[in-house]
Amino acid sequence: MISCKNISKKYKKVQALNDISFEVKPGEIFGLIGPDGAGKTSLFRILTTLILADEGFASVDGLDVVKDYKLIRERVGYMPGRFSLYQDLSVEENLNFFATVFNTTVEENYELVKDIYQQIEPFKTRKAGKLSGGMKQKLALSCALIHKPTVLFLDEPTTGVDPVSRKEFWGMLKNLQQQGITILVSTPYMDEASLCDRIALIQKGRFLTIDSPQKVADSFQKTLLSVSAENMSKLLTDLRAISEVESCFAFGDSHHITLKDPTSTHKQENWGPQKKNINDIDLTINNLKMMLEAKNHINVVIKKIKPGIEDCFMELSKNNL
Amino acid sequence: MKKVIEVENLTKAFGRFKAVDQISFEVEKGEIFGFLGANGAGKTTAMRMLCGLSIPTSGKAIVAGYDIRTQPEMIKKNIGYMSQKFALYEDLSVAENIRFYAGIYQVPEIEIAPRTLELLNRLGLENEKDSLVKALPLGWKQKLAFSVAIFHHPGIVFLDEPTGGVDPVTRRQFWEMIYEATDSGITVFVTTHYMDEAEYCDRVSIMVDGKIAALDTPANLKKKFEANNMDEVFYRLARNASRKAD
Repeated sequence: MISCKNISKKYKKVQALNDISFEVKPGEIFGLIGPDGAGKTSLFRILTTLILADEGFASVDGLDVVKDYKLIRERVGYMPGRFSLYQDLSVEENLNFFATVFNTTVEENYELVKDIYQQIEPFKTRKAGKLSGGMKQKLALSCALIHKPTVLFLDEPTTGVDPVSRKEFWGMLKNLQQQGITILVSTPYMDEASLCDRIALIQKGRFLTIDSPQKVADSFQKTLLSVSAENMSKLLTDLRAISEVESCFAFGDSHHITLKDPTSTHKQENWGPQKKNINDIDLTINNLKMMLEAKNHINVVIKKIKPGIEDCFMELSKNNL
Repeated sequence: MKKVIEVENLTKAFGRFKAVDQISFEVEKGEIFGFLGANGAGKTTAMRMLCGLSIPTSGKAIVAGYDIRTQPEMIKKNIGYMSQKFALYEDLSVAENIRFYAGIYQVPEIEIAPRTLELLNRLGLENEKDSLVKALPLGWKQKLAFSVAIFHHPGIVFLDEPTGGVDPVTRRQFWEMIYEATDSGITVFVTTHYMDEAEYCDRVSIMVDGKIAALDTPANLKKKFEANNMDEVFYRLARNASRKAD
């Protein structure tokens, strides 16, 4: 449904997108996960025919983004990151306007937007500029949907939105998916990755990986441990001082650490046996615990854990400096 | 323990709508206080009052030793403020931004040069002092923005979603900087939508429909709501909000 081949885009000295290739299948929710400045918006703008790539080819719904830009614009829905509706038109005026621009009527496609629009319908005479963040978001989504697009582009629809409203928004996306709409959505929130069918982790204009969230997590090569103790701030410093610890970052109520590959370090006296066996990890955990207790940490809890998307992002981004 | 913020029955009404409805809490010196809530719960309105930008309808609050109702100008001089949306002027250099904020916050002229030098040294930005802020990597920008917000040595700094949209590593480095700052005695009042960051706070309050629905240490909140993490605590409190997201 969306196809990108070797797309690059440069703004003066800044390489916004660097050789991006990927495909989005029909009916898929595909997530672009990455921080501000990663290139997400540039990619959206190329695919919605608003800017031209310097290199590469892209097509949307079988149409070329350069040659067939007019046809693409009729078929796709685009919700930009910045609120882009008419602030001084009312809620219903905005919706009518977008319906008219796309040669349709609100009535014709009401079924599609009904669930979302009904939530803001009580305020339909209010000016869009006077709406709260959550209501603006729902109106923008309704306007992007009113011409029944085949592909929906959502650029950071949940940024700055609280966790409860974010969950609701993703519920709405799942409903739209059921109605056959293909969705490309970007987000800086790593926890939303698991709600997508497939994701691309993006940083500094490059894709770090493309796969299903599960497979991205499974591809994490290293042993990941969570460590907690009474004094979390001191624990962070002490963990980093241990030579066998490769990376250590705070993750909510615990710290996540990865260990250096023992075969690649010379200093192994205090460390577990070199031979990999099932007890290896238990030995490592015990050693680590003793080292921390020797530094006066109390209530030390160390567990082997499964990595999340954020762990993967941090690991993969190390190689993309 | 010395109180840096004391809030009693603070209320802000717009017509019949009570954006903030009789909230009361205290923040101690050196504390990292997390101020959470759903969109529309009243966080921004409450924060504006605490920063001396909005006069309460009723109730009172003392911030950094000054009354928000009668001494708002003194509060503005004695607090720091930073948000992800607005922090530094991109088209000014590092040194110009520091000079600008030093002036805004009325840092004594004689203090500006030595403090600027100290700040540049601490952040390792000596060679970048004449670079435009927009040319800096995001991580450096964030550190600079925070350092500028506390350049005038305020007793408390308000951080309004300081890490929104920031990559995972930079986000964590930012929190490590917050920890360092609190070691020197500054109090931090912070809002965030990242629930893992709520865990880094000494205490957390969660606003729902204009009221403070819960206030305690993250550990106690998790115990009380039988939750595994702060995300679950937040979800339990905020999902029944009547005015969420509008």
